[in-house]
Amino acid sequence: MKIKQTSIAGTLESSDISIAVEDNDGRGIEIELVSTVENQFGGQIRKVIRETLEGLGVKDVLVRANDKGALDCTIQARVKTAVGRAVDGNLRPWEEK
Amino acid sequence: MFNKAGRKIPSFIDGIGPLVPYREKAANGQYKNTERSKDRQHNPSRDKVMGSIEQVIEAIGLKDGMTISFHHHFRNGDYIVNMVMDVIAKMGIRDLTVAASSLTDIHAPLVKHIQSGVVRRIETSGLRGELAHAYSCGMFDIPVIINSHGGRARAIASGECPIDVAFLGVPSCDPYGNANGYSRGDDAASACGSLGYAKVDAQHAKNVVLITDNLVSYPNVPFGIPESQVDYVVVVDCIGDPKGIVSGATRYTSNPKELLIARHAADVIGASGYFYDGFSMQTGSGGASLATTRFLREKMLAANVKASFALGGITQQIVDLHEEGLIHRLLDVQSFDLRAVESLKNNRFHHQIDAEYYASPDNAGCAAHQLDVVVLSALEIDLEFNVNVITGSDGMIRGASGGHCDTAAGAAVSIIVAPLIRGRMPSILDRVNTIITPGHTVDVLVTDQGIAVNPLRQDLLNNLKSAKLPVVSIEELKERANRVVGHPEPIKWADKVVGVVKYRDGAVIDVIRQVK
Repeated sequence: MKIKQTSIAGTLESSDISIAVEDNDGRGIEIELVSTVENQFGGQIRKVIRETLEGLGVKDVLVRANDKGALDCTIQARVKTAVGRAVDGNLRPWEEK
Repeated sequence: MFNKAGRKIPSFIDGIGPLVPYREKAANGQYKNTERSKDRQHNPSRDKVMGSIEQVIEAIGLKDGMTISFHHHFRNGDYIVNMVMDVIAKMGIRDLTVAASSLTDIHAPLVKHIQSGVVRRIETSGLRGELAHAYSCGMFDIPVIINSHGGRARAIASGECPIDVAFLGVPSCDPYGNANGYSRGDDAASACGSLGYAKVDAQHAKNVVLITDNLVSYPNVPFGIPESQVDYVVVVDCIGDPKGIVSGATRYTSNPKELLIARHAADVIGASGYFYDGFSMQTGSGGASLATTRFLREKMLAANVKASFALGGITQQIVDLHEEGLIHRLLDVQSFDLRAVESLKNNRFHHQIDAEYYASPDNAGCAAHQLDVVVLSALEIDLEFNVNVITGSDGMIRGASGGHCDTAAGAAVSIIVAPLIRGRMPSILDRVNTIITPGHTVDVLVTDQGIAVNPLRQDLLNNLKSAKLPVVSIEELKERANRVVGHPEPIKWADKVVGVVKYRDGAVIDVIRQVK
């Protein structure tokens, strides 16, 4: 899954996370995270972002994440949406059974 | 022996002891100086009104190493602490202990005064902003001491915390030093309502300096601080920012989570066994705690129950019930909003009390020990019901001890209100990061997703269960939260102690360490 264009999903509201993705030119998955709960959940947030990307088959991506205390399910949803907006075609993984 | 009035008096009487004969013109104040009668407004023996803070400090002889105190009735609108500290710094006095009733964001300049050695250490109920951050990051050698409101009053009254000079900002004051947090005669620009915390300092400090921007004519009655306790008065342009001193009206929460918590809390009070005609109550600030009052009102009307008194920080919500006749008396140590200030001024049975009367554990009786019900907020609570209201989920100091542990210990039913989850942080932990209030004094936890009762209070548990309230164990509530948010990693603490938390009796209940 190739990132074709920069895209963004999510907001800076409390309990949400803003995910911006862009192509990373063969340097793999890189995550820049800013979080209000960095000390308590930073590792977990990075893990969820990475696993979601891997689940979508994205190999090269720079993720800029600004987290305001989002739950794991929210993080997954924002990552999937951001990637869906960044790739060619109509990626809607949430419509799969 | 004849005295100077020409009467023959014995020099000694058995059972009484030696007698001092009257001596005309001997002692200060005993003889009438008719030449100075016109000066009476300025005190016959001494002029209390001084030209500047600097003059007062020189007159008192403030020295290196002394202890000075401030009150926090001006909250985040306070100009006094920074004003006085700047003068002291300029005069070159060093190594002072600052014993404030509390400090907040506006007191950030204290950071530079500690760094430069003007201030050696601080005692306070709370601190926020840059000052709190600097402490938590380990910038200072000597830790801050955190006192509860009752604990501070006890320490000052008992002499454990002797104050050399109290610098007290007062919204109205006459030339003799009769002062109050409002003015009956005119509208004090910086009105703050009750001077409850300042009253303790005025009573016990060796030197009492009042700083006002509103000098009124003698006698300024009613007064919160009497002239008999006041050494000097200084008039300045402005003692505070009215916008930071009181909010016009306390916002009524529309957050459905807080409303749900508030309704549960009112239900708990109603079913507790302590909801009877003549019961007494205190509610903290904070959305859910304030909203509880509104739900309680409906219960009081329905059951025809009236409260004998409400205590503590008085808010608009409490004043409304008082004026409606549902709460007979208000005991006010701190007025939280403009409505409370107005009520203290106008309502006969809205009474100003000092912090010692409010909550000192050591005196012959304090009002907190008369409470039936108190509703308090919490940042964190743990499985043993210990409560933290001083350090945030990141470990940084950002709150205040206040009257939390005093009222929890004093009230027959202490209720903690907190959302089960804040953002991604669960409110219930295995162990709170800092203990302010020990669990054995905390009776009920009310969250948006259920109520937990301290196992020590089987009586309350039975009462709430009989009323069919959603009671579960605190372990179960914690598990519910963790299922949603996961498990937060513990804060990484360094070894250095940056704060010492004293319980209301002065014993150390916990320490705060530097955040890595």
